Amino acid sequence: MEMRNQKSAGRYTRQSKRTIKLFLFLVGVLLVMFFVSMGAGHLTLSLIDIFKTLIGSGTDSHALLLFQFRIPRLLVAVLVGIGMGVAGAVFQGITQNELADPGIIGIHSGSGLFVVMFLYLTSLYEGSQPWCTQLSLPFVAFIGGITAALMIYILAWKSGVTPVRLILVGIGLNAGFSALLLLVQLKMSDSDFNRALVWLSGSIWNASWQSVWSLLPWILIFLPLTLYKARILAVMQLGEEMALGLGTRVEKEKFLLLIIGVAMAAASVAVAGGIAFLGLVAPHLSRRLVGGKFLRLIPITAVVGAILMVVSDTLARTLLAPAEIPVGLIVSVLGAPYFIYLLMTIKD
Amino acid sequence: MMDEIRRKQLTDKDIQKRLMRRLSHSHPTAWIFFTSGVILFLLMLLSLRFGAAELTWEMIGEAIWNFDATDTAHVILVDLRIPRVLAAAVVGASLAVSGVIMQALTLNPLASPSIMGVTSGSAFMIALGFALFPQLSHYQLIFWSFTGAALGAGMVFSIGFFTQRGLTPVKLALAGSAVSALLQSLSTMIAIHFDVARDMSFWYAGGVAGVRIESVTVIALIGIIGLFASLTLSRSLTILSLGEEMARGLGLRIGWIKLISLLIVLVLTGAAVSIAGAVGFIGLVIPHMTKKIVGLDYRWVLPISALFGASLLVLADIGARVINPPYETPVGTLTALIGVPFFLFLARKGGRGWK
Repeated sequence: MEMRNQKSAGRYTRQSKRTIKLFLFLVGVLLVMFFVSMGAGHLTLSLIDIFKTLIGSGTDSHALLLFQFRIPRLLVAVLVGIGMGVAGAVFQGITQNELADPGIIGIHSGSGLFVVMFLYLTSLYEGSQPWCTQLSLPFVAFIGGITAALMIYILAWKSGVTPVRLILVGIGLNAGFSALLLLVQLKMSDSDFNRALVWLSGSIWNASWQSVWSLLPWILIFLPLTLYKARILAVMQLGEEMALGLGTRVEKEKFLLLIIGVAMAAASVAVAGGIAFLGLVAPHLSRRLVGGKFLRLIPITAVVGAILMVVSDTLARTLLAPAEIPVGLIVSVLGAPYFIYLLMTIKD
Repeated sequence: MMDEIRRKQLTDKDIQKRLMRRLSHSHPTAWIFFTSGVILFLLMLLSLRFGAAELTWEMIGEAIWNFDATDTAHVILVDLRIPRVLAAAVVGASLAVSGVIMQALTLNPLASPSIMGVTSGSAFMIALGFALFPQLSHYQLIFWSFTGAALGAGMVFSIGFFTQRGLTPVKLALAGSAVSALLQSLSTMIAIHFDVARDMSFWYAGGVAGVRIESVTVIALIGIIGLFASLTLSRSLTILSLGEEMARGLGLRIGWIKLISLLIVLVLTGAAVSIAGAVGFIGLVIPHMTKKIVGLDYRWVLPISALFGASLLVLADIGARVINPPYETPVGTLTALIGVPFFLFLARKGGRGWK
């Protein structure tokens, strides 16, 4: 008995060590991608230029480009990648469905609807401060996301909630929110309409330090919370009956996790718009790497999500340069085939 | 019935006929057909009258009996309103009939043009067409739209083909969403790169405003041919909708029937999307409603769905004009607002249909 315990403990530490190594390796990859991406774009900077500018001896124009445009933008990409990736993992844990993507089941469009309505209403009042609007956007998006999540939950409720009903109801609500969104957009002035349109297709090209500061607190608060709750997700993975047997108050914990997931997804949506499939692909790739245990999965998902966003953003800047493609489109074009592949191979 | 078959040694044709008789509702279905035809006609008349410029019934009558090209009201009626209402009717009918056929073929209650990726496929190919050949004529537009419809449907169908144990309603809905998301992203990229976003934005909203009579006649012709072609298949569709084994047992050539019906679906939706853009949910809601009212006899389900679909889109198009005049509300959002609650209703049943 003791032997076996030691053995499994040994395996556990070995796996943890492997996870830590993998985590560090991925963080290294992320840093490299970050540097490469700093140089890429319409104006290409060499690595030497980047280095010079970073230590403060570059030209003024390079400093402006890096510190005012590229670095905040890349930081936003990293934060959004973390937020959406982890949110996806949480949703898949709650619904026990590996195909639950916050974008497909309507969380994004719910947040989007509230944000666009908010932008419309604030544009009616003269003298509202832009930075004030910017900082309140994640809250507005959060309210929208929670509304969407609750609607999905309530509408899917019929003496209990099954994963199948949850997803179908989510898809339906997504269509409804998108239709309402279009109606609100049409009420807007031309400039606001364009602003909303660019934002909605998932874009971070005008990300500034303001966007970084408005998103950072959300990630800093909710990422540790997710890690703290990861054990409960792991229990839920065993199936609800088992979880009940183990004494976890499933429904309450589920609800808390739902709020955490929505918070991370909605804050990311508020800054970067609706980027679909990121919350699906990042957790899946990570599951391939470290398996389904949430304590290991969440940190890896965060880094993988960040890498995916940085790579997609680099592509968005360079593919059709000097024109910018909204990064959400790149993620969709890469993510949708992966999703379809999953759909074909997954067991019911 | 099985005893009867054994006793009388019935042929396949006889059994098919008896089956059809059993499936027809006892309702006087012909009356439903007639009433819905009258409703459609009245809605079309209303649609001629209401809009940014209010016309009176006398003006409409006068414009039809003795047309005066210098009278603005007459010109509005003949050049704008009539093509528009005809287009709405044809598009609505085509989408509804496509939905009926798709649901019968796949035995999947969520099957419909917008969910199966047909609409976004069309929009994608139209974007490509605009990008490569900026001066597309009506006919070319319809052609690109067909190929796109085939592309979208082909993608979703092949996902179903390569999926173990086929597509359940949930997987179909997910596959459709994924294919639509992919194609939409690609079309937006094309639109940005080739600077045709202005031409394209219309397709996502959907609508029949500003339709010209030349394109309506082409679409109407295609729609009528498609509808009659589907009617010749109606008996086979009825039997097919009961399950493939039953159909095979009764001597139906399933492969051919599926191929021909699929072609009809592609032609009808391709034509509809080429003129009206993404108008969702008609192909989902109307077939279910019609089957609930009429029963499962597709000889009635098909024509009555066509009339219902046409009525719904004509009504939605009136709504599009009067909700926020003088601005147009996109018809696609109106049909979505009607369709989403219905979709949710089906979803609550786990996508198992309205029984």
